[in-house]
Amino acid sequence: MFDFSVVTKWLDNLFMGVMPEWLTVTIECVLVAAALLVAYLVLAMVYIMYERWVCAWIQCRRGPLRVGPWGLLQIFADVLKMLIKEIVRLWNTDKFLFWLAPFFVVVASVITFACLPWGKGMQVIDFNIGVFFITAISSLGVLGILLAGWSSNSKYTLIGAMRSGAQMVSYELSVGISILTIVCLAGTMSVSGIVEAQSNGWFIFTGHVPAIIAFVIYMIAANAETNRGPFDLPEAEHELTAGYHSEYSGLHFGYFYLAEYLNLFIVSGIASLLFLGGWMPLHIPGWESFNAVMDYIPPTLWFLGKAFFLSFVFIWARWSFPRVRIDQLLALEWRYLMPIGLFNLVLMAIVVSFGWHF
Amino acid sequence: MANIQEQISKICQEAQFDASGEFLLVTVPDEKWHSAAKALKEELGFDYLTALIGVDWKETMGCVYYLTNTSTQEIIHVKVTTSDRENPLIHSVSDIWAVANYQEREVYDFFGITFINHPDMRRFFLRNDWVGHPLRKDYDANPELNPVPHEDEQNEDDTFSLVEDENGKLKKVDKKVFADEEYVINVGPQHPSTHGVMRYRASLEGEVVKKVDVVSGYIHRGIEKLCEGLMYPQTLLYTERMDYMSAFMNRHALCLCIEKALGIEVPHRAELIRMMMDELMRISSHLLSYGCLTMDQGATTAFFYGFRERELIYDIFDRTCGARMSMSYDTIGGVVADVHPDFVADVRNLCDVVEQKLKEYHKLFTGNVIAVNRMKGVGTLSKEDAINYAVTGPTGRASGVHCDVRKTHPYSLYNEVEFDEILLDGGDSMDRYMVRMKEIEQSIKILRQCCYMMDKEEGNEFCAAVPKMIKLPAGHWYQQVEASRGAFGVYLESDGDPKPFQKPYRLHFQSPCFNLVGIVDLTCKDNLIADLITITASIDYVIPDIDR
Amino acid sequence: MEVKNPKIKSMKHEDFKNNDYIERLVAELNASGTNVVVGKLDQLINWGRANSLWPFCFGTSCCAIEFMCLGAARYDMARFGFEVARNSPRQSDYIMCQGTITHRMAPALIRLYEQMAEPKYVIACGACTVSGGPFKKSYCVVKGVDEIIPVDVYLPGCPPRPEAMFYALLQLQRKIKLQKFFGGDNRKESRKKFFEAQKQKATGADVSHVNTENEPVLEDAQK
Repeated sequence: MFDFSVVTKWLDNLFMGVMPEWLTVTIECVLVAAALLVAYLVLAMVYIMYERWVCAWIQCRRGPLRVGPWGLLQIFADVLKMLIKEIVRLWNTDKFLFWLAPFFVVVASVITFACLPWGKGMQVIDFNIGVFFITAISSLGVLGILLAGWSSNSKYTLIGAMRSGAQMVSYELSVGISILTIVCLAGTMSVSGIVEAQSNGWFIFTGHVPAIIAFVIYMIAANAETNRGPFDLPEAEHELTAGYHSEYSGLHFGYFYLAEYLNLFIVSGIASLLFLGGWMPLHIPGWESFNAVMDYIPPTLWFLGKAFFLSFVFIWARWSFPRVRIDQLLALEWRYLMPIGLFNLVLMAIVVSFGWHF
Repeated sequence: MANIQEQISKICQEAQFDASGEFLLVTVPDEKWHSAAKALKEELGFDYLTALIGVDWKETMGCVYYLTNTSTQEIIHVKVTTSDRENPLIHSVSDIWAVANYQEREVYDFFGITFINHPDMRRFFLRNDWVGHPLRKDYDANPELNPVPHEDEQNEDDTFSLVEDENGKLKKVDKKVFADEEYVINVGPQHPSTHGVMRYRASLEGEVVKKVDVVSGYIHRGIEKLCEGLMYPQTLLYTERMDYMSAFMNRHALCLCIEKALGIEVPHRAELIRMMMDELMRISSHLLSYGCLTMDQGATTAFFYGFRERELIYDIFDRTCGARMSMSYDTIGGVVADVHPDFVADVRNLCDVVEQKLKEYHKLFTGNVIAVNRMKGVGTLSKEDAINYAVTGPTGRASGVHCDVRKTHPYSLYNEVEFDEILLDGGDSMDRYMVRMKEIEQSIKILRQCCYMMDKEEGNEFCAAVPKMIKLPAGHWYQQVEASRGAFGVYLESDGDPKPFQKPYRLHFQSPCFNLVGIVDLTCKDNLIADLITITASIDYVIPDIDR
Repeated sequence: MEVKNPKIKSMKHEDFKNNDYIERLVAELNASGTNVVVGKLDQLINWGRANSLWPFCFGTSCCAIEFMCLGAARYDMARFGFEVARNSPRQSDYIMCQGTITHRMAPALIRLYEQMAEPKYVIACGACTVSGGPFKKSYCVVKGVDEIIPVDVYLPGCPPRPEAMFYALLQLQRKIKLQKFFGGDNRKESRKKFFEAQKQKATGADVSHVNTENEPVLEDAQK
């Protein structure tokens, strides 16, 4: 398998050869940041169109097809429009917090995004506690949502913010527990380590029943984490008009919009890393020629493909299911998902300690 | 009828009777009205206030109450008048029939009649700074008195009631709708799930709704007043713009009412076409309400599925009437033109398609665990309340009230076809939804029979001979039909004006949605704010029908 | 830089009605003149604006049902990128007034319009919003929304068919493509004039005819 760190090492040595270390580090940081932001933007745009087309397909419609060939330029028109749209300044609001909130949301999602490995060695920093860092940093986003709802000084946004606070804090637990189950199986907290541990088979196949349970719990809880239907209570369109970001316009609203779609990618990316082997190709024991063909597909494509597939599942759920109610939402978490998750963690520990997994 | 007369005169000696019209007319003086009303409900079983109509007879003003006995389906109407035009007062019956609460506020708004002991005397449709009462015959229509406002209403929390103590003394008591410390959230007038421009002010405790105040009139266009300035065929136009999802039924009702007054016999085939159109409209309306209910709960795809089949119905309307909505097809004496040659084939095809797709709808939404949890046992309306609030249509039938006008007072050709009235007894959102889905099946059943009858029909007669100038004798008529959302009534009063261009003296539309909105507070209390959305979606009203 | 008639995909300039208004705007723009860089930037931005019109769901009566049909599968306004219907006025680009506006609703509509972020457009959809329609004689109906907010496109019909709504949206696109973002946007100014005239009218002051830039594009799409 191609190791991307060869390229980065070579670049590093090249820079080190001609300039001092501090300059090298600075230049590398800038390069990495630029690459990240570009990838972030491109992916967000791809995802927005992806959702629009998939939802159109589900609803027997055609979806955007008039702007540019096959509607490909639609998203550029939207971005251009968003950039020049007026940013409404409100009276009687906490202006600083109001302005700060979208950045919180977008920064949290950019940092989480930065932690995802796209291939072997294609990662900004390979922490030994990578998974822990991801869960920690991604929960910053809820702060932005709370601030947005609070600082808008409107009853609707406040209800939206309160709902999102209750929802995201609770579902964080289930996400954490199901991640912990996998950490237990892999024996490491490093993201690349978890993926490497799946080189002989994805965890969803090798991890026995507890891995499948953890996967299902993760999918449900992650869906709630991203505030998407059927758990889109914080912005429940038909109850709270636009929820916590009702009062945001122009680019500020654009940040929320971007972050929402990127979060979709992030949660599906994490799911593919933890359960579907990240950039590892699909191998079926015994089918040697098939495995050889699979190896030829680049790891990045494997990772993206899995993420897109899982996102499709999320989108599918969003457009098909009705929205749950706040009490049902919390009951689902505290009465079902969390106890099952805890039990599952114990089960996984037993499975691992007796070596029952494949 | 004589029996009832005797019983009523026992209750109230002053009552005068007139049995010449279609229903027995009882005239009761205002002083005795409240006690008579109580006896009418409790002793004679007239538990259902079908309509409450304010009328200005120039010398006197007053109300006409249409009452129905839900066990025998007998209808009488009571007239209560007052000759004081400056400060007209009538006793309120809102404590006897709960539906009278909003109805009396409407009368207060239009005629300035204050109801004694009414708990909350605010205007219902017009702004509280409106000058004059528009349906009075002496209303000053000068637009400078009421210019287009650019500012919001002030003091919308203020209300009053006129309380009568034991000695018969009246006292005005000022009240507030909401206390200052209540957390009042404003749903509407422009809100994605109010299906138009309804406005609720909901007092919340956390997310729990404690009280809902309905503020209506954001689409009040004064149709009843407009009709008083038009000739009879012209008034038909407005019926389709009230409840646009039961345009055909509403128009049918007014046509039937005028035909009844004129004594015209409508050709069998014309009546059949009208009935088919009614049922098509009902399917279309129920599909829309399926779509809106699912969308309000966040299941957007189901909405698109509902609309996919509605387009087929629109096609049928388009081919025969030339328009997708506001068809203007029924007319006095029949229909405007003959149906499209493919009409029957199209309807047959539609029946097959919808019947098949209904299964898909159920698969997508009905059995869904989230949908069941959100609708089952939510917003329960008991049978007694349903009758008390005069709720009809699918909402009433979900509570087990036998109220389908097609069965209770058959009109058109509903006697000749076979269909079931869907009655469920849960009264919750789920049942309201299920009644609609099952009624679609019944409508298909009716349509299939109609197609068969259409094939056997000879000739192509579609309209009776109607005089060019329609002049009605003096009198009043009331006609009910079953619209998509309940019993739609038309009250028509004519003064028998001999001049050539006769106009209705008073035309009142008793819309089903007006009553439906009365139960919002009752059903939403102590439910979550999210349930407010589901309940109102499952009650399924059309705002222009409420506001008229 | 020379300004040309705006292009709409798969619909020729001649196929539109009321082209005189668009041609007058083109002539005006050509007369005032702009340099090429600014002109090109304007074009780019206008392309973005015109192709990303997010509606604000504002339906009061029957027209709203037809608007739903416009979004549903057969007509599918998503094809044009119009489908991202926002429920918050802050995030939407145009308000399609569907249905009668009454006296009670008028202040709410004005407020919603003011809450929208620039650039914002108004389509008066249906006879009621154009002139009061069948309710013109009513005591509490606003006789056309242009009495209270400036209107960009008038769309007659009761209710207009979805095809007609598409036509109105395309007309709006053409109009947007002839606006200036850099070279002195006159939208804001004309709107200011509109509201001043409103105020004067309300106070009863004598005003001569105020020439607003947003002269209506009258349409006749209804067959």
